[in-house]
Amino acid sequence: MGDKTISIKHLVGLEGVSRDDIRIILDTGFTFREVLERPIKKVPTLTGINVVNLFFENSTRTRISFELAEKRLSADVTSFSAAASSVKKGETLKDTVQNIHAMKMDAVVMRHPVPGAAIQLSHFVDAVVINAGDGTHEHPTQALLDMLSLQEKFGYLEGLKVGIIGDISHSRVALSNIFGLLAMGAKVTLCGPGHLIPPHVSELGVEVNGDVDEVIEWADAVNVLRIQRERMGVGLIPSVREYRSQFGISLERLSRHKKELIVLHPGPINRGVEIDSEVADSDQAIILDQVLNGVAVRMSVLFHLLKPREEMEAA
Amino acid sequence: MKKVKAKLMDADGFERTLTRMTHEIMERHENLEQLAVIGIRTRGEFIGRRIANLMADLKGAEVKFGTVDVTFYRDDFRTHLPSPEIGPTNIPFAVDNLNIILVDDVLYTGRTIRAALNTIMDFGRPAAIELAVLVDRGHRELPIKADYTGRDHPTMTNEHIHVHVKEVDQEDEVLLLEYVDG
Repeated sequence: MGDKTISIKHLVGLEGVSRDDIRIILDTGFTFREVLERPIKKVPTLTGINVVNLFFENSTRTRISFELAEKRLSADVTSFSAAASSVKKGETLKDTVQNIHAMKMDAVVMRHPVPGAAIQLSHFVDAVVINAGDGTHEHPTQALLDMLSLQEKFGYLEGLKVGIIGDISHSRVALSNIFGLLAMGAKVTLCGPGHLIPPHVSELGVEVNGDVDEVIEWADAVNVLRIQRERMGVGLIPSVREYRSQFGISLERLSRHKKELIVLHPGPINRGVEIDSEVADSDQAIILDQVLNGVAVRMSVLFHLLKPREEMEAA
Repeated sequence: MKKVKAKLMDADGFERTLTRMTHEIMERHENLEQLAVIGIRTRGEFIGRRIANLMADLKGAEVKFGTVDVTFYRDDFRTHLPSPEIGPTNIPFAVDNLNIILVDDVLYTGRTIRAALNTIMDFGRPAAIELAVLVDRGHRELPIKADYTGRDHPTMTNEHIHVHVKEVDQEDEVLLLEYVDG
């Protein structure tokens, strides 16, 4: 028994994050789940710690989830959103960050449209950086909450068979899930239209299968990605109806398989496109558990990244 | 380096002390319905559970029992003191209007007790909270005092009290340790 400390200083992605670190974050995530069941769902842990949420891209649920996590840890929270910030006036990321820096923030949660923005930011600032989604690159807390939800449902991740269905190429959720699930020893199969699956992705250690029925037959759980409507009609996805018939998780499709498949979705849902309402509202969908687990796992990430380290004592 | 200076309690003494403390608690609290025992993780949890079991045996009735983990309520988040592994707080009953016996192994600065009181308050409004500790070693930094004490043992600051319980340490005993150079 002893103090469990994670080795990472920032959470810019799950690429290269160790199984031990993920395990610690998930375990503490379950402890925060318990906090969220209490009459008073707030603990004083981060009292006096300043966290800024920088959202250079639209987001509702991730931003609210982070804000809730921060507030339930008693941190002082400041939020910027793109529309209201100086970015529209032409300020560069570096200038914005230096301003934030001058305000002496302890942690920065950032969503940015450019892949790698969070990594770049972590080079500029002393504050802890948490990536809340950087373009098509990574969205690590989403993958952590997906893993927490899977762990809660199945009790294990090692050897768990997870299908990820949809537009893999443009999905930061998919990439973070791939890194995280593989680190935890799960098996991952990607499924989607061929041109929306990155070439050479199997080199990461995942399978690729274009037949959604085969993936359903194989998997213990499927993570159904949102089809981003902005990608339709630009040559990537011809039509909603065609996508639905080939890859949609419909009740009719699931009923062809005699098994209890667990369905995840990062939200927001396009009902009737990538997933049917009947499936999304059924007991086999754990979409609302994911929302609750999102707050818990973000509390865990903030807690562990902001916790002082042993080696700082020696310094 | 730490070295054992004295054994303050052996297994027999440990058992007798818990039995005496249980009787003292029951002298003041006849109605077990109104009573709950909450142990502070980790050693206080085992000691609290034993007190609750002793009460249940004496009265032939269930005693409500819960545990608190104070990690998220500690006042030393910004310092670098190592903290024990985070564990669950489990209070499976409504604390409102109950008399709560808060149990810990060693009473020292009082800061852990302060954190535990805050934790319990977030679950509701108990009628009263009393404190039971196996060993009081002095050096209080907050105005906190035990209602039931197994043993008073004023210590030096370079000394340390280790409470071992058979559930995790194989043996019940209380040791006085001394930090020595080298």
